[in-house]
Amino acid sequence: MKKKAADYLVYEESTGTYREDAEQIVRDDVEKHYWLNVGRTVAKDWRLYLMLLPMLLVFLFWRYFPMYELLGCFKVQDSTLPVADQLYAGFSYFKLLFVGEGALSTEFWQAFRNTFLLSFYGLCFGFPMPIIIALFFNEIRSDIARSVYQVITYLPKFMSTVVMTSLVTMLVRQSSPLAGMEMGVVSRMLVSLGLISSEVGNAGLLNNPDFFRGIYQISGIWEGAGYDSIVFFAAIIAISPTSYEAAQIDGAGKMAQMKYVVLPSILSTVVIMLITRIGSLLNVGYEKVLLLYNPNTYVTADVVSTFAQRYGIADGLTGIASSAEMLNNVMGMLLVIAANTIARKASDVSLY
Amino acid sequence: MKRKLEVSELIFKIVSYVLLTVFAVACLYPFLYAISAAISGREAVEYGQLVLFPKDLQFEAFANMFNNNMFWNSYTNTLFITFYGTLWAMGVAILGAYALSKKRLLFRKGFNFFLVFTMWFSAGLVPQYLNYIDTRTVFNAIGIKDDKWLVVIAMGMAAMNIILLRNAFEGVPSEIEEAAVVDGATEFQVLARVYIPMSKSTIATVALFFAISRWNGYFWARQMISNSNEHPLQVFIRLKLEEFQDPDIMTGWNEAYAADSVIYALIVCSIIPVLIIYPFIQKYFAKGVNMGGVKE
Repeated sequence: MKKKAADYLVYEESTGTYREDAEQIVRDDVEKHYWLNVGRTVAKDWRLYLMLLPMLLVFLFWRYFPMYELLGCFKVQDSTLPVADQLYAGFSYFKLLFVGEGALSTEFWQAFRNTFLLSFYGLCFGFPMPIIIALFFNEIRSDIARSVYQVITYLPKFMSTVVMTSLVTMLVRQSSPLAGMEMGVVSRMLVSLGLISSEVGNAGLLNNPDFFRGIYQISGIWEGAGYDSIVFFAAIIAISPTSYEAAQIDGAGKMAQMKYVVLPSILSTVVIMLITRIGSLLNVGYEKVLLLYNPNTYVTADVVSTFAQRYGIADGLTGIASSAEMLNNVMGMLLVIAANTIARKASDVSLY
Repeated sequence: MKRKLEVSELIFKIVSYVLLTVFAVACLYPFLYAISAAISGREAVEYGQLVLFPKDLQFEAFANMFNNNMFWNSYTNTLFITFYGTLWAMGVAILGAYALSKKRLLFRKGFNFFLVFTMWFSAGLVPQYLNYIDTRTVFNAIGIKDDKWLVVIAMGMAAMNIILLRNAFEGVPSEIEEAAVVDGATEFQVLARVYIPMSKSTIATVALFFAISRWNGYFWARQMISNSNEHPLQVFIRLKLEEFQDPDIMTGWNEAYAADSVIYALIVCSIIPVLIIYPFIQKYFAKGVNMGGVKE
């Protein structure tokens, strides 16, 4: 609604003149001196703002400046010029990736599909494992025995990706008859169990695209399932023993106790973790893929980040590579925000 | 009735123990195998006679590693990056988190969003790479020639860790701070004398998060450190692995130990420090995951 002059001015009958409303004067004053007041507050409290400064600069320089480089997605790549001065190329990179006829587009869609599938299989197979392990931990009554199991199963999480992938590479390595090397020890076990043929084992499991996803998921479970069980285990031990006793008196067997006592108690934790997991469906740890894949397994192993690394950093096609990754990351961000909103609605707990 | 219940519970208990044991063995086996393979004779490793226990003991693979200057070099570099990287990241994170925890901070919501947004959206590998290249140019221009310092200063900051610290600082009762202010303490003194001592365990946890990620860091160190004398241990391990995947090296190999033993020895050497301190720090990590669990 538009304000009339009378809203600002007060008529004074004694003098027959109008004067400004006192509150309005204060309001105008505050507005006029808003930045001055901000400056005064900051100056008075300068130590606090000085403390904030290094963090802001670190994030600005190394998190937000790279976002500025994303302008390169819409520019003709020319590494001699700063990104702002390059010529505009419109959406040509996106077109090339999306609907292009060449190998680039095929590879991009393959990488996108693999990104999604690796996370999705991780959700299906990797997500339930920590919950199951936490349930098992709960069965062990002796504190010492449980600590031993916990220490051992958390251990792989503390190994670096390089150590982990080096071990995997060595354990399923190919044989090299010239040097007299046998295949890796895990391959040998699988052959003697009859799960794979010895030709497959000799060729090396990591050279076979059919095995990449399996190796990725199993090594992921090996690495993280024990450690990820901590949060579920914390929810399980919070259940009061009287709940179990009540269920037992009512004649509940182990399965019934699981269904009516344990599951309802840990459900909110499970839901939150599940939503977080769904939110990061398009986030695949590129380091592990980069260290495990090779040209033979691009079909199932290449993800968007490694695609970007190959084309952008190794081959120098920065424009195309960052376009591909930006697309993935924007979709990923929307997923995270959606997941966060759902989690907030569902449980009154915001993830961030 | 009572008896039947016990049976179902007993079965579940037995299943739990068996499966957990299987999983624990599977977790441990690769490390045990690596140790065995590092100290076993050439034939045993190459012809796959090894299952768990070492055979035809030799320690030359380790000796070879210890005589390699590059190995010690990379070890020193990793220690350097871990120590200074953690120190720098903790300094920045503690100061920032303290400021963010104050209700009177102007634009507090805005600063929080500035932080959290980086967890939602990252520009991606290629823009980050271009940014680090520019950073390196700037660093060289102001006289920082070592790429190690680039890794220490420009990389490894994590918004999640700052939020963990901020939450811990928010939990400190404001009365204590007010008392300190009345006694004439400045902002820095309040932080050093009140807030840091009162949130020691969170600070330890976050410092461990930073330290572990520094110790394990690989990708950016490999991309950005051009001088091989400055490579950290993880990069050294990976380069050795790639070198030994080359069949030509394997055919020309005439040592008393298998080429693979060198890699295994290297892996064992790199995990020993982690294994030694692991039992002491493990409880902090368990705490950390529960702090971050709901907010991750």
